[in-house]
Amino acid sequence: MTKARHTHGVIRVAAPLAVLASLLFVLPRSGPWFHAWLPELSHPLYTRTSFGALTLAHLALVTIATLFAVAIGLGLGILATRPSGRSLLPTVRAVAVIGQTFPPVAVLAIAVPLLGFGAAPTLLALVLYGVLPVLGQTIAGLEHVPAATLHAADGMGYGRWRRLREVELPLAAGPIMAGVRLSAIVSVGTATIGSAVGATTLGSPIVEGLVGNNTAYVVQGALLVGALALSVDAVLGAIERRIRRG
Amino acid sequence: MIEFDHVTKRFGGHLVIDDLSLRIDDGEFFVLVGPSGSGKSTLLRTVNRLVPVDAGAVRIDGEDVLSRDVETLRRGIGYAIQSVGLFPHRTVGENIATVPRLLGWPEGDIRARVTELVELLRLDEPGIADRYPATLSGGQQQRVGVARALAARPRIVLMDEPFGALDPITRESLQGSLKAIQRDTGTTILFVTHDMDEAFRLGDRVALMLDGRIAQVGAPLDLLHRPANDRVRDFVGGTRARLRELAVRTVRDSMRVGEPAEGEAVDVADSLQDALAAMLAQRRDRLPVNSRGERVGAIVLADLVANGP
Ligand SMILES: Nc1ncnc2c1ncn2[C@@H]1O[C@H](COP(=O)(O)OP(=O)(O)OP(=O)(O)O)[C@@H](O)[C@H]1O
Ligand SMILES: [Mg+2]
Repeated sequence: MTKARHTHGVIRVAAPLAVLASLLFVLPRSGPWFHAWLPELSHPLYTRTSFGALTLAHLALVTIATLFAVAIGLGLGILATRPSGRSLLPTVRAVAVIGQTFPPVAVLAIAVPLLGFGAAPTLLALVLYGVLPVLGQTIAGLEHVPAATLHAADGMGYGRWRRLREVELPLAAGPIMAGVRLSAIVSVGTATIGSAVGATTLGSPIVEGLVGNNTAYVVQGALLVGALALSVDAVLGAIERRIRRG
Repeated sequence: MIEFDHVTKRFGGHLVIDDLSLRIDDGEFFVLVGPSGSGKSTLLRTVNRLVPVDAGAVRIDGEDVLSRDVETLRRGIGYAIQSVGLFPHRTVGENIATVPRLLGWPEGDIRARVTELVELLRLDEPGIADRYPATLSGGQQQRVGVARALAARPRIVLMDEPFGALDPITRESLQGSLKAIQRDTGTTILFVTHDMDEAFRLGDRVALMLDGRIAQVGAPLDLLHRPANDRVRDFVGGTRARLRELAVRTVRDSMRVGEPAEGEAVDVADSLQDALAAMLAQRRDRLPVNSRGERVGAIVLADLVANGP
């Protein structure tokens, strides 16, 4: 029973990773197929940058953005749930909600004049979007820790930071990890738009394909973004399940 | 020794503790009893500074609790609450080990102490120390809560309705365990309940709290026999006071030494309430009394009815 569940869990992680790996192997060799499908295209295969390099660049951007988002979201979430920071809570919540209604393209449009073209404005947009789920889940997780547990911890002489580290954060870890996962997934999707302002990501073939009317490029980029999103989701999901089980 | 010296506490405009003074001696099992909202929990929490007082002082061994480092103070005082508040992410053993860990006891001592407490509180299902709180019954959780409060051998233990949500049988068994542990270790226990029977069963002394003041303090029989006023009389039982008294007194107090009787014997250490129950169950008005298995006398219904002031 537990063995079956374990096997199931391994497959859930391994399958998307296997799909991603196969795509990275097959796509560079798939020029003839795309030519057969779309014979009117003179270049049916995206070759400006290798798919492997694009995937790595994409992943690097997402990883850096998620790390920043986690640091900021977790920090703000902790601050807003401390007795001294309670008054910030409604403001923080409102900003988080308003932030989410702001389209990523608008953030890029504002960021480019400030930061120029390339990875920097993309990173800014990713971090801004990535913070929201982490922040929301951190607050929700910390507020869900049973009041009696906190009262008992205080009564037994936990200091504030020790209580946070040893009681509150472990008990909120499941929801927080769900926020981290969501943040990373959103970033994988949003990072593609970064190519519109000059960042090198898996969005590059998509953007170029859209501009140049090359459906093959769009399909190649989209397949990889999809597989990458599923892989990131599976790996972080496995970590989350592990944490929740304790 | 715990000393409340003209302690006052308000929440908002609401006076919850009203210029209250009280002394609790070392090794005493002291029970605070009173109706809901009378301020019992609030008073208890002024001792470990979960509630700061507005005026007056709380002293332990003559030293104001405010002058102690708050974490050191709390680690030195056991604390058990009705909602228990076990750590859901830690095993039973780890929960019990909480304060010894905070105090930095060596790992071997902690393990030995956990084993000892698991036995002492009759948490003797095999492997229970490695289970998580969610897998325990309510009664077991409360036992773990008490074990956790006692773990670091504190000289003072605060207990706020620790047996609140239990059925009468489990409750009585836990009361018995706690009373025995307290007697053996000489721990000072300040115990809050709104159950008058529990108060009289456990307390060396009992304080009845009404509206943030101590209405009367004394041994259980003092409150029963000499209530300070009508409100106290109502609270300690009114017409049920004598029934309660039977729970406090033992067969030893009322038996007729050397007299014979028929039926199943009661023990000299049993409460008179138990003896009365045995008489009713056996449909007899006198029963033999045993001490350590030997016949020593008889207990007679008429004496229970007639005795007392
Ligand atoms: N933190 C608080 N903030 C505001 N009011 C409080 C607070 N704690 C207690 N009170 C109020 O103080 C009064 C006494 O509360 P307390 O918890 O001490 O009563 P109690 O005697 O323990 O009652 P119970 O038997 O129901 O537990 C109540 O009116 C309660 O609402
Ligand atoms: Mg209370």
